[in-house]
Amino acid sequence: MAEMSDFLVDEGVPDPLEMPEMKRGAMEGLAPFVAKPEHQAPLGFPGALVDDWQEKAIDKMGELLGKYRSLQVYLDSCVKCGACTDKCHYFLGTGDPKNMPVARQDLLRSVYRRYFTFAGKYFPKLVGARDLTKDVLDEWYSYFHQCSQCRRCSVYCPYGIDTAEVSMAAREIMDTVGQGQKYCNEIIGKVYKIGNNLGLPKKAIESTLEGLEEELEEETGLKIRMPIDEPGCEVLLVTPSADLFAEPHIQGLMGYAKVFHEAGVSWTLSSYASEAANFGMFIGSYENMREVSLRIRKAAEDLGVKRIVFGECGHAWRVAYSFLNTLAGPFDFLDPRYPAPQHICEFTYDLMQAGRLRFDKSKNDQYRLTFHDSCNVARASRMGDMPGGQFEIPRAILRATCNHYFDMAPETIKESTFCCGGGGGLLTDDLMDIRIKGAQPRMRALQQVREDHGVTHMAAICAICKAQFTKVMPKYGFDMDAILSVHQMVANAIVMTGSIQEREIKEKSEPAAAEGQAA
Amino acid sequence: MLTGLFAGLFYLATAVLLGGLAYRIRLYWKTPAPLKIPTTPAPTTEAGAALRLAREVVLFESLFKANKWIWLFGWVFHFALLLVLIRHLRYFVNPVPELLVMAQQFGIYAGFAMVAGLAGLWARRILVPRIRYISAPSDHLMLALLVGIGLSGLTMKFIDHTDIVAVKAFFIGLMTFKWQPLPADPVLLVHLTLVAALMIIFPFSKLLHGVGLFFSPTRNQADNPREKRHLAPWAAKLEAGGGSK
Repeated sequence: MAEMSDFLVDEGVPDPLEMPEMKRGAMEGLAPFVAKPEHQAPLGFPGALVDDWQEKAIDKMGELLGKYRSLQVYLDSCVKCGACTDKCHYFLGTGDPKNMPVARQDLLRSVYRRYFTFAGKYFPKLVGARDLTKDVLDEWYSYFHQCSQCRRCSVYCPYGIDTAEVSMAAREIMDTVGQGQKYCNEIIGKVYKIGNNLGLPKKAIESTLEGLEEELEEETGLKIRMPIDEPGCEVLLVTPSADLFAEPHIQGLMGYAKVFHEAGVSWTLSSYASEAANFGMFIGSYENMREVSLRIRKAAEDLGVKRIVFGECGHAWRVAYSFLNTLAGPFDFLDPRYPAPQHICEFTYDLMQAGRLRFDKSKNDQYRLTFHDSCNVARASRMGDMPGGQFEIPRAILRATCNHYFDMAPETIKESTFCCGGGGGLLTDDLMDIRIKGAQPRMRALQQVREDHGVTHMAAICAICKAQFTKVMPKYGFDMDAILSVHQMVANAIVMTGSIQEREIKEKSEPAAAEGQAA
Repeated sequence: MLTGLFAGLFYLATAVLLGGLAYRIRLYWKTPAPLKIPTTPAPTTEAGAALRLAREVVLFESLFKANKWIWLFGWVFHFALLLVLIRHLRYFVNPVPELLVMAQQFGIYAGFAMVAGLAGLWARRILVPRIRYISAPSDHLMLALLVGIGLSGLTMKFIDHTDIVAVKAFFIGLMTFKWQPLPADPVLLVHLTLVAALMIIFPFSKLLHGVGLFFSPTRNQADNPREKRHLAPWAAKLEAGGGSK
């Protein structure tokens, strides 16, 4: 752990975008645990590397080239201009040139050229084409699990080449030949078996919810319900299972419950679809992504809800917003007055716009706050009616609930935001090294606003971001609880009708009003 | 002999370029984009997406965000090349329209800008370690080819003139299948050989980026997945088949 000191700041705050010294092979030894047969089987993948894996992999690549225009066009179009080379947080954090987006793509592109293009078949050396050997496969396994599919590179590419598309294809090819990643595949199996990523059974969720209801009643004096599998509710809330388990996620969940209660909108969780995240996307598997999505549709139909609302979860929101209608739609059985699905921030924001939520901002005065735009929300989704609503709506909520809000440097937020370092299937301890290093640009930007504005806390709307920051923030000189949920801020500041907080405010203002009259 | 060789070369090059591009465009067109993946924030309408694509084509908007030097050299090269190509149209039409006559001045000086832009890009490819790392031999050869075309063209214009009237007669002859002799100037022959090589390489190389951009789902899709269901034909089949793994 001697290298820890490297991440701490001695004098001044280094530029988040600072170019690292190039260190060839710096991360080549790092690879996640390989999935065991029992992790592969439920997803329909072979249990271990198959004998004719090379042939199968090339076949699969051919199949994917025919199914995904993105892959075909992106493998052909790169001109090696270099625009993306300094855009990946894993490159900025490690200096390993294979973490430059173009170099990462080239790991696959070189094989594509060898087997699928004229130039690569006849002049492999000239165009950098190579055979698919075991070494190449191992290199894929290592470096395609050092990509969090955050799409920052695709913002800057003159052709919009998205490395996420390439790494998803690579992972699907590897799964197909039996070289799956344990973390993602085990989790998808848990969703199929139990309903959520963490493997929380219904009983455990129920007892958690009961505990939270008691806590809420104690705090507000109101009977705020947190139901599960309750038929006939207005809203099905689909939220990351971390919201039922981890800090600061759980405070966010309590925020959703308060907002629903105040709005008078009945809602329920589903034990069958007790997970918002969809790791099928991480492994690039349309079939598995669809299977997980269909659970949400089924839950909505079975429970007879009118709306589906998603909790704070970044990649989940990408799948929900961008793909759910494709994978599990059409949602014509839901109330057409509302988008399907909706984000909890959209839900809260709409109530704010309608003047139906009251906040006491001073309740958050202990925080000097900034906001981390989660990569997949920022670059792969939207909120509200306008492009960019995914940036403005969470900020509007934070500004309404907190007196001290400051953005980080413009080149590190919104569409230019940095991944937390743990997205896309990397949030596992066996990849801790790259997670810590990949967090560096975001952490430096945070250190800057701490210097400039005394920022103490950062809010986010993604379960992975929250879990990742809890782990890595201490390495950069922050407390592990310096990361907050957006709806935690809502929960702190909301003044609910008939609550203890409302009475306190009345008591405070009434004597003042009386004095005012006397004067 | 020489005339026949070059006539054959240009027929071949034209066939390969057009046939190869048609094949590629058809491939891109036929390959579905099964999911909505515009890089957001993205326009919410098809018209907005078309405008975004137009900004990428004309202004290199994303590249501008990424890196001002690459943008500067790349943009100058591409637009100079466009002007040079427009200028060259005069060798393929008779009589030359007024507008094309006026474009000649711009085209001539654009030749210098084109070579300068290429030189800038090449210098970065050699001098910037990150870009040197990602460069294959073909990336350097492509630049060499384009620089060679530019320099040989400029040489003919400013130093060692060729019989341009005869060259024009040769190309008009090619187009009307009434072959005329091609002047045997070495610089001209180098220029034409390199151009033919570029045309032949185009559909097999990274030069496809010019076509690829128009088919890039992150740039050409409208951001409207909740409003409009998007379903690829193979995904519809999967759905109809019961849909389980």
